[in-house]
Amino acid sequence: MSVMTTGVSPHIRSGRTTQSIMLDVIIALCPALIASVVIYGFRALLLTCISVAACVLLEFVWEKAMKKPVTIGDLSAVVTGMLLAFNVPVGMPIWELLVGDIAAIILVKMLFGGLGCNFMNPALVGRIVIMFSFTTDMTTYAVPRVAGAIVSGGVDAVSTATPLTMMDQLTWGNFTQLLLGAHGGVIGEVCAAALILGGIYLIIRKVIKPIIPLCYLGSLLLFSWLFGGVQPVLSLFAGGVLLGAIFMATDYVTSPFTNLGKVIFGCGCGFITAAIRVFGNYAEGVTFAILLMNILVPYINDLTMTKPLGGEASK
Amino acid sequence: MKKNSKLKILTNGIFRENPVLILLLGCCSVLAISVTVSGALGMGAAMTFVLVCSNVVISLLRKIIPDKIRIPCFIVVIATFVTLVQMVVQAFVPALYDALGIFLPLIVVNCIVLGRAEMFASKNGVLDSLLDGVGMGLGYTLVITCIAVVRELIGSGTLYGVRIIPEGYQIGIITQTPGGFFMFGAAMAVLIYCLGKKGRHFDPRIGCDGKCGNCSFNCENREDNLKLYENQAAMEAAAAADAEKEKEGNAV
Repeated sequence: MSVMTTGVSPHIRSGRTTQSIMLDVIIALCPALIASVVIYGFRALLLTCISVAACVLLEFVWEKAMKKPVTIGDLSAVVTGMLLAFNVPVGMPIWELLVGDIAAIILVKMLFGGLGCNFMNPALVGRIVIMFSFTTDMTTYAVPRVAGAIVSGGVDAVSTATPLTMMDQLTWGNFTQLLLGAHGGVIGEVCAAALILGGIYLIIRKVIKPIIPLCYLGSLLLFSWLFGGVQPVLSLFAGGVLLGAIFMATDYVTSPFTNLGKVIFGCGCGFITAAIRVFGNYAEGVTFAILLMNILVPYINDLTMTKPLGGEASK
Repeated sequence: MKKNSKLKILTNGIFRENPVLILLLGCCSVLAISVTVSGALGMGAAMTFVLVCSNVVISLLRKIIPDKIRIPCFIVVIATFVTLVQMVVQAFVPALYDALGIFLPLIVVNCIVLGRAEMFASKNGVLDSLLDGVGMGLGYTLVITCIAVVRELIGSGTLYGVRIIPEGYQIGIITQTPGGFFMFGAAMAVLIYCLGKKGRHFDPRIGCDGKCGNCSFNCENREDNLKLYENQAAMEAAAAADAEKEKEGNAV
């Protein structure tokens, strides 16, 4: 028997639905998509559209086959599809992206009971499956089309390595390049400014609270500095941290609902990301950090349960 | 009737009490070895041989083996046969020996072999134990081979070493550890679905020891048993407190 866990009352009735929230997330993701199309060309849009279509179709087919109510109207599959496409390099073969879609929707979401029951972020698991299956394609980053136009004479701009893998060569002079996304990377993470724009939109629309992203980025900065990482401040804008912190770590289903819980969650993500970046074999640790913290969410929720005023803490 | 029950012992291990998918024993070697079909078949054969031989010998010795040291006795018998298999494989099929690696000697402590010795062979006659060994061995081989077929085909694009899917169209994760778990879960779901279709619903109470506190299944005895446990626990606590008091009293 499952008992729904919620925060303590009062609970305010609001007109917000899953659909309207997901629509806001999609809108917030659009600047990054547009930036990516400008930087990498039309194929970025193509991959995103295919991924979205595949996710929605998979959810529809699965629910029809299992004789369950069809829930594609809540747009959560669209968000998953977009986020997954944002996590692959623009040169990714389409069938390999579809494998990730299947892992995300069927394996993580539908098998566990659909939206609200997935214990991990579907898009991130899709990314991990793609990464372990097609490591070469996943780490072959395209050369930005307009790199030369944005930053003049930057040697790094035409390299196919991501800023994270060449962090030691990075100087403050390349900050604009990093912010605007004129470098190698995956579709969604490339333009930091667009991601921040999307994040601000979400915060203004009260879709997400800024606690998790701020704790994530803050602790990442702190721990990168403590661990002796190269360029701790600049590394905040490189790799998938912004995409992860703003759009993936804040997923309602897989993040704690108490404020203290959110702080613990965000700091944990930052700690693990910094540890993997500095000590680990991988250049990037955002995916693993968020997934590991996802698993801990039920425990964080239990430990940080707020006490009703004048009452005893429920177990 | 008699014949039927013999047949049932044999098929029991293949479907209803499949050691891997229903009893969940010996998962370690299944997950590790089911990467290639050839390795899976070899492992299955080795396992079946050890199961049959150890079952027969333990069944023969069941009245001699003292109850208190039965587990070490079983291990000695099993280890004998595993060493035999290991030497034969190393001598005649070195490629298979390399593929199986540590998992071949590890059959000694495989829970299927030990489990059947404890649960079946030490309580039943020689012929029954032999049939049980064959059934369980076949059940194991069937599962590991089925999983290996899927994993090798999707993960490496080959089947028994023959290339089916052209190079570059493999999903690597299937041959890695996570893929093993995915396929293991899928195989379990398929078997339980098939049993359900046949009207022989999966019974989670196989191997029930009445300890509902360790179990998540809601069967009809659960509530009563749990209450019983609570009472028992309370009584035990009271007894312990009494003993403590007595001790203190003695000390004084």
